[in-house]
Amino acid sequence: MIGYLSRRIAQSLLILLGVSFITFLLLYILPADPAVQIAGRSATPETVANIRSQLGLDQPLFIQYFHYMTNLLQGDLGRSYLQKSEVSSLILSRLGPTLTLMLTAIAIELLIGLTLGILAAMNRGKVVDKVLMVLSFISVSAPQFIASILILYIFAVKLGWFPIGGYGTPAHLVLPALTLGLLGSGWYSRVMRSSMLDVLRQDYIRTARAKGAPMLRIIRVHAFKNAIIPIIAMIGLDIGIFMSGIVVVESVFGWPGIGQLAWQAIQRVDIPIIMGVTLVSAIAIVLGNLIADLIAPFVDPRIRVN
Amino acid sequence: MTTFRRILRRKSALLSLIFITIITTAAIIAPLISPFSPNEQFKDGLSLQGAPIAPGGNYLFGTDLLGRDLLSRLIYGARTSLTVGIIANGVAVIVGTTVGIIAGYSKGRVGALMMRFTDLMMAFPALLLAITLAAIFSPSLLIVALVIAMVNWVQIARVVYSQAVSISEREFVTATRGLGATNSRVLTRHILPHLLPTVLVYATLGIATTVLLEATLSFLGIGVRPPTPSWGNIIFENQTYFITAPWLVFIPGTLIILLALSFNLLGDALRDELDPTQRGLS
Repeated sequence: MIGYLSRRIAQSLLILLGVSFITFLLLYILPADPAVQIAGRSATPETVANIRSQLGLDQPLFIQYFHYMTNLLQGDLGRSYLQKSEVSSLILSRLGPTLTLMLTAIAIELLIGLTLGILAAMNRGKVVDKVLMVLSFISVSAPQFIASILILYIFAVKLGWFPIGGYGTPAHLVLPALTLGLLGSGWYSRVMRSSMLDVLRQDYIRTARAKGAPMLRIIRVHAFKNAIIPIIAMIGLDIGIFMSGIVVVESVFGWPGIGQLAWQAIQRVDIPIIMGVTLVSAIAIVLGNLIADLIAPFVDPRIRVN
Repeated sequence: MTTFRRILRRKSALLSLIFITIITTAAIIAPLISPFSPNEQFKDGLSLQGAPIAPGGNYLFGTDLLGRDLLSRLIYGARTSLTVGIIANGVAVIVGTTVGIIAGYSKGRVGALMMRFTDLMMAFPALLLAITLAAIFSPSLLIVALVIAMVNWVQIARVVYSQAVSISEREFVTATRGLGATNSRVLTRHILPHLLPTVLVYATLGIATTVLLEATLSFLGIGVRPPTPSWGNIIFENQTYFITAPWLVFIPGTLIILLALSFNLLGDALRDELDPTQRGLS
């Protein structure tokens, strides 16, 4: 058990190290000379050379990486030259709205996804099942930007039930969270359905049914806990999809989170900010998966034994 | 052939295939069927107030913000979207299969190293990585496709890897190696054929993902650049009009969803037929 945990943590650290290296390469090596970008077009070669040595860009690659890592470990994600501000403080100031949106959306998608998945499994092969599975396919085939605009059009423009965009009241939270939640729920309902069907095939379920227990009680007492196990790992994986989704959803609904920050940075080709958001998202993904793996043994005793 | 027939007996798969065929044909013969030139701005293409014209009449699907015929732009847009989707997915499938099969067969250090690298790529959110890459390289059609491929090969690599590992353990592989077959022969002649059904399923499902990613990148303004129409950038260009002229967003939007849905349904049907153990489960 301890071995499993420490192995997983070490693995996550290694992945984070690799992530930081790739981010470093993308940020410092690939784009056009950052020194030229900072100096502006009218700068003399001398100024550019000065900036280059100030930034340490004339140093060997591994020394640059060392500096980058030292800064990173102190929470320094670099500087946005266009916004003239620290990337870490920009991201930090927008973390709150994003976390609010994410947690609400995850709650919505679990509620919808698990309910529909169980409903489909209970009605396997019937019309309900088929309709639900087609709906889940539509939800995984709909890109976030179209779903956002559609939901915005119906509930804010046509019906006028919710504000068109912005931030502040709970009413502002409903539409963006609903968009992310609905889109994510399709995936959960599919996994929940197949996991539930797996469990319902087990002998102990047949025993419970033979005893005359009603279906709902069997699901609630006997099947649910076992069927939920794959879902936990999925929430960890899902964070990656969420981090991508918030870029689109936040920019359509004007939600001031890190997704919108990234979108604004895309428009200005402000690479340090885009990379900062990517790095933070990658850390969130690795942490999400790690936490899911650390919780798994407590939910599923079989993992504890192996 | 029988597999193919069984798939066609499913209504959803048949409808999907028909829709994919229609869109693909339209994309190929675009100049023949498109009523107008996609980039021509018509004098009567905007109302007197300068607003886009609603569907019906001379312009079947209406006109866009610049007075261009939406239907023609959609037909030519299908070309762009499908081209990017197919190139991106083709590259992703080839890279993913190669990495997965080599890592799965060779095991040892090389295999472990390759799979750790795919784990690493899994840690990046696909859209954000694509955005970064698209922002760094100023995108052309090909670059957009390659960027999408770079974030999409990982999934296939992992699936192929896990299958390649189990197939490499089988006796016929040991027997072939015992007969003196070289590694590359074992890989291409004996292991690859077993993986083809899986690869085919993921190649089909993958087109849905790549079409969606292209549309999203174009919608964010960093995919295919206007005036070249793609389904994503048609929405990007016209989104400011979506309250007064919603068809400019919802017609291309519906097409994107239907195309992605068709590839997903077809891929799902293929998986059910080629891997009977999965039938009705997922």
